[in-house]
Amino acid sequence: MIRDITIGQYYQRESPIHRLDPRTKIIMTIVYIVAVFLVKSFAGFGFVTLCLAAVIALSRVPLSFILRGLKPIFLIILFTFFLNIFMYGGTVLLKIGPLTITDEGLRTAVFMAIRLILLIIGSSMLTLTTRPIQLTDGIESLLSPLKRVGVPSHELAMMMTIALRFIPTLLEETDKIMKAQQARGADFESGSIFRRAKNMIPILVPLFVSAFRIAQDMALAMEARCYHGGEGRTRMNKIKFGAGDAVMGLLMIGFIAVVVLERVYL
Amino acid sequence: MSIEVSNLTHIYSPGQPEEQIALDGISFTVEDGSFVGIIGHTGSGKSTLVQHLNGILRPTRGKIYVDGEDITQKNVSLTDIRKKVGLVFQYPEYQLFEETVAKDVAFGPKNLGLPEQQIDMRVRNAIELVGLDYEEIKDVSPFELSGGQKRRVAIAGVIAMQPGVLILDEPTAGLDPKSHDDILKMIDEMRASQQMTTILVSHNMDDVAKMADKVLVIDEGRLAMEGTPQEVFSKGEDLTALGLDLPAVTHILMKLKENGIDAGTDTFDVKEAAAAIAAALEGGAEAESSAGQEE
Ligand SMILES: Nc1ncnc2c1ncn2[C@@H]1O[C@H](COP(=O)(O)OP(=O)(O)OP(=O)(O)O)[C@@H](O)[C@H]1O
Ligand SMILES: [Mg+2]
Repeated sequence: MIRDITIGQYYQRESPIHRLDPRTKIIMTIVYIVAVFLVKSFAGFGFVTLCLAAVIALSRVPLSFILRGLKPIFLIILFTFFLNIFMYGGTVLLKIGPLTITDEGLRTAVFMAIRLILLIIGSSMLTLTTRPIQLTDGIESLLSPLKRVGVPSHELAMMMTIALRFIPTLLEETDKIMKAQQARGADFESGSIFRRAKNMIPILVPLFVSAFRIAQDMALAMEARCYHGGEGRTRMNKIKFGAGDAVMGLLMIGFIAVVVLERVYL
Repeated sequence: MSIEVSNLTHIYSPGQPEEQIALDGISFTVEDGSFVGIIGHTGSGKSTLVQHLNGILRPTRGKIYVDGEDITQKNVSLTDIRKKVGLVFQYPEYQLFEETVAKDVAFGPKNLGLPEQQIDMRVRNAIELVGLDYEEIKDVSPFELSGGQKRRVAIAGVIAMQPGVLILDEPTAGLDPKSHDDILKMIDEMRASQQMTTILVSHNMDDVAKMADKVLVIDEGRLAMEGTPQEVFSKGEDLTALGLDLPAVTHILMKLKENGIDAGTDTFDVKEAAAAIAAALEGGAEAESSAGQEE
């Protein structure tokens, strides 16, 4: 069901990865994303996958849970795969009518698919192992040097967290509204694509209304508890850079070095 | 229209870490034309249960027969089920979406593929059945209405499909006392005029006691008790153990009985109870005074 989408969800566990400083994890994620784009050989992908697997194992988040979040995106991956496979010149491997599959096309398609999967799994590890609150603190702390040039780092971070926080809520809301309209005989599963798009209106209108209501309630609740932005705000849990973070930092340097070497020499 | 539920089990997210057995082997029947009240603690599975009765949720195990037809089979038409069983969700006002009240109420009948004329008639009837003025309200945007009015429009949207069974999931949640009474009166009148089988999910014991012919008590996904309101509410201690209350009238009658004034505990009506208590007090007083004279 629609509730199975797990993007942005936190998975409570006691693990070395969960304990890391959120800043370390954010930088780790950025480095990882860069690495996924740098890599250009199967060996390189193998290496990145291995490192990701190690992090997942350390985090003790069940693989089945992570893969479930992939399901809704599977279609997009499949789509890009088929788009890519027909788009490139090179040695022709197979000809189906006007469509040709070349070795270059196949290679690019497979690479793109692997890249997408690695990207999604890797970046979801960040939210799976970091509480939203910690994530905000981390983003805010990383952005704080930019405060001097007028970047509202606290507000930006807060907005991001709230957006993440609301993904499951809005999915739940969608589920409820869909059921209610189904009870009134609405059909979301059959008909042409235009019909289906039109059938979405009974879901979208109430969903927007709900979203505004929830946002308003939330703003009110925050103000009622004297929230007034980042100025002079202190924290209950200060984020701390520990020994684990230092180890992870060193591993990260090693990781990116290997990836760069692969890029240059393979 | 009757409903028979047999050994119904529903598990949310089976096989996942957050697996949740919401219903566990529930069986009961709803007789044609009867009024069934469903009560239970928050999270006991009431909403999950009623969502099965018109095919919104599919059971993990078990069978559901509506009018003798097994609706858990793969090849049954969902439109047909929804024609027979109307379900008003908890907080139904959040499902309004059209520009005008009339259009919103017409959404259900339209989905049933009825001819235009018949739709108009049903919309008019439904809006009047829920106690609103059709001419006055038909072109108003549903988003401009008050909470109680929105609730009525949403209920009208289900009634316009003219189901044989009407299920209402906490139709009075979050309403003021006046709207609460109005909605209940409306349900009672509708039932009388349309001969609908009605199922009411409620946290309000007084309402259930007064209106239902049969009460189902759900606890942690199991059917904990079943019977007439008199039978169920005579087991005050069991109900309290399940986190439920007694109707206010029953509560008083029970307390009186504990303290030696037995006015019976069968009624849920304030006036009847008052008369019974008065009779018991007089009877008691007479007995006492006659005892006094004998001495
Ligand atoms: N869509 C869903 N996905 C997963 N779990 C759910 C879902 N809906 C309900 N549950 C769970 O199933 C159990 C029963 O929920 P249900 O909504 O049926 O209770 P209820 O008796 O209607 O409660 P209330 O009186 O608060 O409305 C709860 O523990 C709830 O958390
Ligand atoms: Mg409920």
